[in-house]
Order: sequence, then C-alpha cells, then structure tokens
Amino acid sequence: MDLTYTTEQAMLRKSAAEFISKECPFDSVKEIEESEEGYSASTWKKMAKLGWMELYFPEKYGGLGDPFVNITILMEEMGKRAFPSPFFSTVIMGGLILLEGGSEEQKKKLIPKLISGSLILALAHHEEDAGYSPSSISARAVSFENGYRLIGSKLFAMDANIAVFLIVSALTDEGISLFLVDSAKQGIECRKMPTIGKDNTCAVTFKDVHLTKDDMIGRPGDGWLILEKVMPRAILAKCAEMLGGCETALKMAITYAKQRVQYGVPIGGFQVIQHYLADMKTAFDTTLYYYHRVAWMIEEGLECTREISALKARVNKVYKHVTDRSIQIHGGIGTTREFNVGLFYRRAKSSESMLGDSEYHYERIAEQLGL
Amino acid sequence: MDFSLTVKEKAKKEEFEAFFREEMKNAPPEYGNGGLEGIYAEPEGFAFHQSMARKLGERGWISMAWPEEYGGRNASIMEQVIFDEVRGYYNAPGIDPFAADMFAPTLIAGATEEQKKRLLPPIARGEAFYCQGWSEPDAGSDLASLTTTAIRDGSDYVVNGQKTWTTGGHRAEYMFLLARTDAESERSRGLSVFHLRMDLPGIRIRPLNYMDGKHLYNEVFFDNVRIPASDLIGEKGNGWALTRQTMNFERSGAGGFSGSKRVLEEIIDFARNTKRDGQSIAKDPGSRRKIVEMFIDSEVGQTLAYQIAWMQQSGNNSGLITAASQSKLFSSELALRMADYATEMMGLYGQVETSAWSPLNGSMVELYQFGKSGTIYAGSNEIQRNLIAWTGLGLPRLKTGK
Repeated sequence: MDLTYTTEQAMLRKSAAEFISKECPFDSVKEIEESEEGYSASTWKKMAKLGWMELYFPEKYGGLGDPFVNITILMEEMGKRAFPSPFFSTVIMGGLILLEGGSEEQKKKLIPKLISGSLILALAHHEEDAGYSPSSISARAVSFENGYRLIGSKLFAMDANIAVFLIVSALTDEGISLFLVDSAKQGIECRKMPTIGKDNTCAVTFKDVHLTKDDMIGRPGDGWLILEKVMPRAILAKCAEMLGGCETALKMAITYAKQRVQYGVPIGGFQVIQHYLADMKTAFDTTLYYYHRVAWMIEEGLECTREISALKARVNKVYKHVTDRSIQIHGGIGTTREFNVGLFYRRAKSSESMLGDSEYHYERIAEQLGL
Repeated sequence: MDFSLTVKEKAKKEEFEAFFREEMKNAPPEYGNGGLEGIYAEPEGFAFHQSMARKLGERGWISMAWPEEYGGRNASIMEQVIFDEVRGYYNAPGIDPFAADMFAPTLIAGATEEQKKRLLPPIARGEAFYCQGWSEPDAGSDLASLTTTAIRDGSDYVVNGQKTWTTGGHRAEYMFLLARTDAESERSRGLSVFHLRMDLPGIRIRPLNYMDGKHLYNEVFFDNVRIPASDLIGEKGNGWALTRQTMNFERSGAGGFSGSKRVLEEIIDFARNTKRDGQSIAKDPGSRRKIVEMFIDSEVGQTLAYQIAWMQQSGNNSGLITAASQSKLFSSELALRMADYATEMMGLYGQVETSAWSPLNGSMVELYQFGKSGTIYAGSNEIQRNLIAWTGLGLPRLKTGK
C-alpha cells in the first residue's frame, strides 16, 4: 500500500493550481458564465500549450501515454476554482469515446487536433425523456444512399454551442450507433438551455443531416456499449471535479468561521458551527479517500461497476451537503452573486445528474448486489 | 496511489481467515451475536473470550505490533489492520478491549521497564483481562474533573472514590485506574495511572444493567483500597499525559467496518430470501435503497480504515488524530443506522429479540439497542466532533466554566 501521489503528479497539480488561479479568478468565472461562448478561447489555447490535452492519449496519436489518473488531478484543480471550459466534453468524454470506438483513421485525424487545442468536441446524447437507459434514445439515423440521414432532438448536450464536432447517439437498424457530426453541417440548430450551472448545456436539433458511413464511431449498433465502456473513467473525472469544488466550499467555510465575529468571538468557536464543520470535513475526507481507491481500481483494470456507482452517488450527496452547510455558515453574504460560495452550491446541483443521478447509480448497485 | 496487498500480506490474510472461520464454530450460544455483550453478559461468553485470547496469544497475534523486547513481533501496521479486519468480519472475541487495545499501549508508552516486563507478557499471552477505571458519576466527557483519590501512605497508595460505566468490571481480574494522587490538585494536574487487582479488600461492585437488562456495565466503589506503590504506572502525576496517549491510540477501525460488511451480507441474504405481501423484500424499492446506502457507507468506511493504516505506517500523526475521530464517528453512526434500516426492513419481526421468531438471530434488534452506546462511549460523538474542529480544522476553543 502506498497512498501518496508521485512527485510528478504533485508538480502537475501545483502548476495547474497556479495557472487556473492566475488565468481565471472567480470574477472571470462569473464573466464567462454570462457570456454566450461559456469559455475563454485564449485560455483554452494556453491549456493546449501547457500540454493538458495530451496527457493520457497514447504516444502514437501524439499523446504522452500518462496514466488516466493524471488527468483527474487537472479536473480536481479545475473543480476547485469552478473553472469553466470544454475540457471534460472534449478531452475526457470526446477523447475516451474516440479511443474506445474510433477507427484508426478517425483517431489519427482527430486526436492530434484535439491535443493542439483546435478541436472542441461535444456529446449530444440525452433526449426529451432524460433517462439514462437505451430506451431514452429516439433520434434516428436512417440509411440513405451510401450513408445516413440524421433526424432527432438532443437535450443537455454540454458545449455543443462551441463544438467543431458533435458526437451523436442515434438509432440505426442495428441499434444505437454513434456518429461524428460536423457542427457546421446543414440542418443543425443549437440553442443554450438556461441551467443552474450557467454552463454550456445545449438543445440541439438535427433535421435531415446528411452523414456518410465513415462518420460513424465504432460499428453499427455499438454505440451504447462504447458509452458504457467509457463511463467509469468519465465518472471518475467528473467526481474529481466535483470533489475539487467541494473542497473549496469547505475551506471557504472554515476560513469564514475563523474570521467572522459575533457576540464578541469568532463564530467558529460555537459548537454548532464546529459540529457542522466537523461533519463536512468528515464527509469530504472520507469521500476523497474512497475516490482514491476507486481511481486505483480503474487504473489497475479491476472490476468496479459497483464502486464507480457508489462513488458518484456518494459524491453527489456530499457535494450538496457541504455546499449547503457552507452557505449556512456564511449567512446572508453566502447567498450573493458577489460572494463565491454560490458558484459551488449551483455546480453541486448541475453535476448531480450528469453521468447518472443518484437514483440511477443506486439501482445499478442494487442489481450488482443481486437484489 | 496503490491500495494493493503484498503476497505476504495476502498469505497472512488467508491464515487469519482459516483460523477464525474454524474457531468461531466453537462459539457457545451464550456468546450470542458477539460484541461487548457476547463477551461480558454471560459467564460462558467470557470463558469463550478467554479461551480465544489464549489461542491468539499462543500465535503471537495479540502482541504482533509490539516491540520485540516485550513479546511483540514488530509486525507491520498492514498486518495488524488485516488481522483486525478478519477478526471483525468473523465477530470473534479474544482481543481484550481494555487489556490489549488500551492498557498495553499505555504501558509501552509510559511504564517503567520493570512494569513493562511484569505486566505486558501476561496480556500478550491472553491471560490478563482488564477493565477501565476512568469515568465517574460527575466526570464523563469532562474526564479531568474526576475526584477519586489515591493518597500515598507508607509503601502503598490508598484509594477512595467511585468509578462508573466500568464495562466488564464483574469479569475482569484487573483494572487500570486513573486517580488523583495529589488531593489538592485540579483538573489534569496531579493524576496518576494504577494497575490493580479487582479482588482487593475495599472494592465493591454494583451492576449497572443496560436497557435490555444485560449486565455489562458496573459501578465500582473504593473504600480505603491499598495498592502497592510499585503499581503506579510510570511517574507520579503523569496520568493525564498517559491517558491522552491511550485515547489517541486508535486502531484503524478496520474491524468495525468489516463487521458492518458481514452484517450487510446477512441483511442482503435476508432481503433476498424473505417475502412480504407476496413480494421479495429485495424487490421493494425502499429496502433496495436502504441496502445500497449501507453498501456505499461500508465501502467508504473500509477505505477510511485503510487510510488510517496508511497514516500510521507513514507517521502522519496530525492527520491520524482527526482520522481516528472520524472513524469513531462514522463507524458508530453507521452501525446504528444499519440496525435501524435492517429492523425497519423486518417490519413486525424487527422487534423480536433472539428466539425462533427473530430474523438474523436477533442481532439487528440487539444492535439497535446496544449500538446506541457506541455513539456515546470511548469519547461521545460530540466530543469527537469537537476534536475534529479543534485539531483538524484549527477552530478556536472558547473558554468554558473550567
């Protein structure tokens, strides 16, 4: 057993922390939240220059071949600063799907572009039904001459408004298939949905969009399988980001409790506040330790269907708990847009339903336990 | 990050498992569902505890992590954690909660050489059983306010006063006592630790029965009890420092979490094999949700135990104090929640104590009652939260009356 990060990983964390703090302080986060693009193109280019996009991709596609865990360190640091960027959509979700299901040609063509920062990807998967099972997909890719015609509506498609390519799930004769769709194609309409996360959640409609057979990722009917396969790593990365946010909300509450004086003493001296904070710290610490264990299982290639679901459900619960108590400890100031803890309170809710909400993951665990 | 066990550690785990699986077949019915109740409530349970202790002693498993000069093997923290985990899973007695888990580390930390050589080997052999003389009627969470005195008289100390919540005081042969050796002293000053026999003249024991009627706790009265001065542990007046060290000596809690894991397996088994209103309980949405919540919590708890082991192994002492409090909080509240959930799932049967009618041998209705003490003893959960706030978060400690 060795429950430490390597020196190299610690350095990566430190440089990420410094870069994001300088590049995107909370005021900039709020500006980005209010912008149409929902990200900073200039920061995105700098991230590419720092080599953040290339970390876990195999060397033959221009990557560094690092363990996946290294990229979750970046996610954690981004989460700590509520940093808005299409990193998760592009590098994690898009990258993992390409690696898992993409043809050699697709990988060789797209991954180097992704690494250079000139390619933003977005997954357009959920629909009006908003479920997490195959039955929730009704978009269709109808065979037509030598390709397909894509018809359907997607919701909750993160970063679709800025993506160069959309990865779209749609029904073909063989079942659910994935397609790589150039966002500039005719018949695509994209609007942002107003969300509590003030992020790039989009609604996208496809009206007779023409696709070729080469636009498919993986074999016909393999779409669901590919998504299932990338899910553990995607969830791990999302949890890293959420835990980062949770840590900041906790730290803000501790700092405030030491500074804020009422009745002539710092409020952190009152046992009610101390017990809130002790519970928040325990909830956060224990979840972080569990996250490390699940990350290790994934890295080792161990079977961890139950554990990854347990992690997401636990992080969902703890992130909401910690941000709720953090605002409570801050009192009125915590509820304002000017103050920053609200950034995390809102994100706790918006990330809760991403990659499966708690109920979905509870049910997965129940099945795994033979219930 | 690497959570894996070495080949040697895996082999140890198998060895421990084989032992406990076999030995637990000999548990008498009076040992019931184990725990402190299993050990102390009935004489047969205590006899089983004693015989297991001797078997563990023969194998060197009580003292595995002690220094070699006192009968230990300098085993790794991981080996100790694996042992605790396996023993917890099998709900096995034999590690005396007071002798092996509390007094031995105190002795190692602060006794004289002569005392270490005299008192540690019988504990290591599984032959010495202790109770704890800390709490008093007016000194609970505020232990430093205790008033029992031990005043020097010739070659003896003479003890007067009263201790309470003395778990197993009616079974143990020995006690470790915290008393005031300077009658004029206040709070944490002027306290000393003693080793004493429970059959000394002037000691009177009165049962303090638990809500279910079982006899685990006692009140112990001292009326001019003479203890030889050679049984004052370490230095006179150093009792508070020693006691703080004992409080801080926490095992990983691995046993508690693996015990929860075993309980969960039994609950799952119950849910899958029991029908109510024509439907399997395992298919009831409310029950599924409860079981999954318990699964997640026991997974998280088990990982906390590993983290504590790692902190011990890597010498992260500041982190350890907080993590030990977190483990106590988490495990005691989890146990109680499991008992509540399980008895809820059992419906009307959730009230039935050990009998032909009781699911899981009545262990859950028992845990529902005795588990309530777990959030109070060994430093109430409120005290643990204070400790996390003060030591883990650096929050200010406001002035109190004393």
